[in-house]
Amino acid sequence: MKNEIICISCPLGCYLTVNHNQNKLKNVIGNRCSLGLNYAKKEILNPERTLTTTVKVSNGNLPLVSVKTSQPIPKNKIFSAMKLLAKIKIDAPVEIGEKIIQNIFDTNANVIATKNIIKMKK
Amino acid sequence: MIKLSDILFREVALVIIGGGPAGLAAAISAKKNGIRDLIIIERNDWLGGILPQCIHDGFGIEIFDEALTGPEYAQRFIDELNLLEIPYMLNSMALEITLDKNVYVASPEGLFCFKAKAIILAMGCRERTRGQICIPGTRPAGVYTAGVAQNLINLKNMMVGKNIVILGSGDVGMIMARRLTLEGAKVHAVVEILPHTNGLPRNHQQCLIDYEIPLLLSHTVTEIQGRNRVNSVTISPVNKELESIKLNQRKITCDTLLLSVGLIPENELSKTSNVKLNPVTGGAFVDENLETSVSGVFACGNVLHVHDVVDFVTLEAERAGKSASLYIFGKQTKSKRIRVEAGSGIRYILPNFISKKTDIEMSLRVKHPGEQVSIGFFDGKKLLKTKKFRKVHPAQMIKIKLKESETRAIKTLKVRVLQ
Repeated sequence: MKNEIICISCPLGCYLTVNHNQNKLKNVIGNRCSLGLNYAKKEILNPERTLTTTVKVSNGNLPLVSVKTSQPIPKNKIFSAMKLLAKIKIDAPVEIGEKIIQNIFDTNANVIATKNIIKMKK
Repeated sequence: MIKLSDILFREVALVIIGGGPAGLAAAISAKKNGIRDLIIIERNDWLGGILPQCIHDGFGIEIFDEALTGPEYAQRFIDELNLLEIPYMLNSMALEITLDKNVYVASPEGLFCFKAKAIILAMGCRERTRGQICIPGTRPAGVYTAGVAQNLINLKNMMVGKNIVILGSGDVGMIMARRLTLEGAKVHAVVEILPHTNGLPRNHQQCLIDYEIPLLLSHTVTEIQGRNRVNSVTISPVNKELESIKLNQRKITCDTLLLSVGLIPENELSKTSNVKLNPVTGGAFVDENLETSVSGVFACGNVLHVHDVVDFVTLEAERAGKSASLYIFGKQTKSKRIRVEAGSGIRYILPNFISKKTDIEMSLRVKHPGEQVSIGFFDGKKLLKTKKFRKVHPAQMIKIKLKESETRAIKTLKVRVLQ
């Protein structure tokens, strides 16, 4: 089988042609570095994405803190993760890098804050 | 009525206007290059510019070799700024730059006049709106620029709509298509007037293809319908001249239209200082030191030309900071310069002037996408250098280094796409 995909590893965005056979990678054409090769492999076997979204905060200088998964998670877990994160509300202050959920859906990825949120006086 | 005695006069070596990624990097670089007396003027109540609302990742690959989110990228520079004890003023608006480099600033502490030796323009850019692209129709609620929608959703916890059409496939447009989909809205189409997407290829993959969001190329929105709220938009195909045609028009029912139709360098302030602007980029004409047509006034980041990657804004701003410090210390060497011209197939090239005294990195954009494209530098008819690219795209800035040895003896310099 042949797939045309765009590498998302960096802003160059190489157009990759991936030849594979029953989930086994045969070869990749068009990548300019090893990131592209690794991306193509994963994309065929188990596509993953880093999820970036927001979580509600009470008593903060903003009502939301931006968060991300500490490593990419399987693409098919993205919407369940969004549902889970929509239910959560944490208290300010929040520190950048702070763990908000550990090991989400057993993916080994933690959901961590990507922003500092200051606690506001009432 | 403001009296002269109400104005707070301050003498300062360097004023940096704007506390976004360009302003932060310029200030840090100037300080590291020996400028102790400097200040950043920022109109918002935060540093980092647009980055805090850009919660997606992919920033910093060039500089930090990791994919950071916008807020994380900004925080690295804010931390360094604080470590270097660089002063900044928030909620402060630079109103005017006079010809003798006085910067008037309205701030909560009063009206200031900074008498500067050098100024770095780092005001960034703003979004084009419905008015600038003249979409006919009614004027209902529900028409947002993509950046405003991003601000509302990511910072203020306000959802903008449920059924969305996005006009423009620039990066912000595609990123918002994904963001809205994740937040439960239905994005019915991303409509692009050009025959190709107008953002980074990776955003086409991870924002549109990943979520099966339809991309309509060579189409545009020709009418907005709805009384109080948008209830539909008319989509029309366009011809080669990008004019809409009345064939195969269709209505898409929606409650929201997002516009991602280009960014404009925010140079109103630059005009007050008489800086000459390039109509192609909307930014200043600069030389290899990023100095504008006004001596001692430098420009960097999106106020100079709209970048696609923040890392390149940072790198450019670092050069502006260094150049400004050399200028302040009187170490800048003034020499005869030649003009760099953009020939066929090239939308623009920066810097606009070079002295031929140092190696320089040229930033340029092509007019059209292409494969196996060679870009050539000419002195008259003489070909000085060519560089071949497997793929070029107007949305991707191209950087080409020119060595001093390659430019030393030239009389003119023109760059064009080779046939």
